[in-house]
Parts: sequence; structure tokens; C-alpha cells
Amino acid sequence: MSLKIKALTKSIWVFHVSAGSCNNCDIEILDLFTPRFDVERFGIQLIGSVRHADAILITGAMNRKSVPRMKKIYEQAPKPCVVVAVGQCALSRHMFRDSYNVCEPLDKILPVDLYIPGCPPRPEAMIDGIVKLVTKIRKGK
Amino acid sequence: MTLLFNYLIFPGLLFSAVIGLLAGWFDRKLSARVQFRVGPPWHQNFTDIIKLLGKETIYPAQSKFTFLFSPYLGFLSAGLVATILGMNLRSSASGFNGDLIVVIYLMLIPAIAMILGASASRNPLASVGASRELKLILAYELPFVLSIVALIIKCGGSIQLGKILELQALGASNIASWSGALAFIVCFFCMQAKLGYPPFDIAEADQELMCGTLIEYSGLPLAVFKLTKAVMLYILPVFLIILFMGKDTSLLFMVLKYIGLLFFIVLVKNTNPRVRIDQALGFFWKVPTFMAVASVILALVGQ
Repeated sequence: MSLKIKALTKSIWVFHVSAGSCNNCDIEILDLFTPRFDVERFGIQLIGSVRHADAILITGAMNRKSVPRMKKIYEQAPKPCVVVAVGQCALSRHMFRDSYNVCEPLDKILPVDLYIPGCPPRPEAMIDGIVKLVTKIRKGK
Repeated sequence: MTLLFNYLIFPGLLFSAVIGLLAGWFDRKLSARVQFRVGPPWHQNFTDIIKLLGKETIYPAQSKFTFLFSPYLGFLSAGLVATILGMNLRSSASGFNGDLIVVIYLMLIPAIAMILGASASRNPLASVGASRELKLILAYELPFVLSIVALIIKCGGSIQLGKILELQALGASNIASWSGALAFIVCFFCMQAKLGYPPFDIAEADQELMCGTLIEYSGLPLAVFKLTKAVMLYILPVFLIILFMGKDTSLLFMVLKYIGLLFFIVLVKNTNPRVRIDQALGFFWKVPTFMAVASVILALVGQ
């Protein structure tokens, strides 16, 4: 395992995108940074600019307005950068699957590295997902 | 050769960056403890820097040179300040006449570099951040220089750091007098603004400007900016210790004083909300400027 990969997995800066979610997943994501879970222990930080991001966290069903913006944000991120889909909406469009406004699930639009199901997913589930992703990256995909 | 070693390794760039990154960890850990969290491990800031070195660097096509050059400008001048301060601490005869003035100017350059880089990035949020940083410089530079003028008057007009240290070693620390104490409080506020810490983190407001001046930076230049911030977190408290608390500069007392100052910086950072730019300007030109003028007058009458 190279030093680069090790440093990358020890300090993940997360850019959080809400692509038309109901805010429930977003609230659960913010729970990760509260004293109860405190993922800053593992070097995970929420950052404001996508240029600093190592992971893009996407919540919500992607509607026609947010899809082009999502692609733009993904192109703006410096590589290597992983995409994490959080919540049932981002995974499979959930209850909006027949909506006129929601065209495709997230993994048809961007290369998704990690799926975290749930409506909303529990913070424990997200931490579990992060651990699985980190072990996957460390083993060299 | 010794000059190069001093600049690059020992009191200069490498040493100050390492101490600054450790101080940055202290800041994060203490902030976490204030918020009843656990906080990151001690090597977290080093890991961040190493990670940033391995990331892709994105730059605007139209202004590649200025965008990529400005981080180094700030980092190298901050390293120069660290060298001058460290050499003066080692032996007070190694400075030159007027190095206090040089240090004041050099400590401004990281902020200028930040403005330069932000303006070169062609991002609207970055330009808002740059304009705020510029106004903040206007705000804090006046009381900062005035309080240092008070100190120079108190030390009999000497503008050499080594002389100021010697005077304090023979007599009492400057902070023990009325004018010195007032000037120290003013300098403490200005230090908070120079570091870009709350309540004066207006230029890099995470929530409204998304890192403001640094928004377009990624990879290596961002790492250099982070290192510059770390070096600033080392040089500013040390500068204040030299000017105001230079009675005993043995290693143990230096470390204790440095950690004490850092503790207060982090506490102020964690207990104050961000002010608006007009509030910051109003604050600096009213309260600390008045206090600095009072300190100059006190120094003139010999208090």
C-alpha cells in the first residue's frame, strides 16, 4: 500500500451535494459530525469547495435540473475522487421512480463507488459503508 | 551554507512548518474537546498535507503563473520571518538593525499572496473573499503597527528584536507595564485576525463563501497554503512572546508560553461567532486603535 493511498484514506474531505432530497439524509449526514459519532477522529471533514474534495456525497433523487449540475460538479473535483450515494432516492429513485421529473438513478449518470441504502440511512450504516470503502481502496480495488 | 540551512531546515521553513502543523492539531483537538468530541489523532494535519500532494492540481487556463506562484510567495516569506525570529531567540546578536520592521512587512505578505491567488482564480466567491481580506488588512494593520510603535518607544527607540530581548532580559517583561499590557491585548486581537480565525475568519467563511479565497485551489498549491497557515500559527505567537514576554527565553519557558498563547487563541476561536466585515472594521478602528494610542501615550510618559 503506497503512502499516497494511505494518506488518502486517513484524511477524507467530503463535499456534500443535495440533489433534490427531502433533507432527511442530509440531517443524518450532519449527525456524523456531532459528538456522538465524531468522524473527525478518522480525519473526515465536511468542506465547502468541491476543489478540495476527496469524496462527493450525493443525496436525493436526481431531477432534470440537478443532473447537469451534478455532472459539472463531478468534473470539477480533483481526481482521485470517489462518489458516494446516500439514501434510497440516490440509489434507486425510491418513491419517485415514476415521476415525470426524475429520469435516471445516480449510477447511470456518475460512477458510484459506494451505495448506502436506507430512508434515511442510520449514521452507523454510513460509518460502516465508509469502512468498507476504505478497505476496498486499500486492497487496491 | 549555514544561511541556507537556517532558512530551509532549522529555525526556518521545515521546523516552523512542523511546529505549526502540530499547533494546528492542538487547535483541532482542543476545539473538539470544547465541543465534547474526541478529535483527530496528532498526525492528522501531516496526513492532510501528504494527501493533498497526491491530488490533481487544477488551475485556470488564463492565469496559470500567478495562480500557481502566489502560494509559494506567502510560504517563503513566512519562512523568512520564522528564520529571523528563531535566530534572534538563539542569540540576540545575530539580528540586524531594523529587523522588527522587516518582520512586520514580511508577515503581511502571506495575506497579500492569498489576495493575489484568489484574484487570479477568476471565481466570484474568491474575489469576494479577496476583497474582504483586503479590508481586514486595512482594519487590523493600523492598531497592530501603533501598538508596536508603543513598544518601540518603551524600549528606547530600538527597532532590533535582539535589543528588545536583551532589554527585557535585563529588566522586566514588557507585558508587566501598563503600556505593554495594553499593547499586548491589541496585538492579540490583531493576531486573531492575521491568522484568519473566528471571530475574524471573514475572508474564508466556510459557510457563506465556501473557503472564500482558497475555493479554486486543489492539490499542491492548496497544501502550500495550508503550510503557510501553519507557519503563521507558529510565527505570530512567537513574535508576540519576543516582543512582550521576552524575560526568559529558555526552551522550557518558550514552549510553555507558546502553548499558553495558543490555548487562548483557540478558546477565543471557539467561543466567538463570525463578525461581518463592517463590524470588524468598526471594531478595529475604534476599540483597539484607541487602546493602542493610549498605550503610545503611556509609553511616552514612561509607564
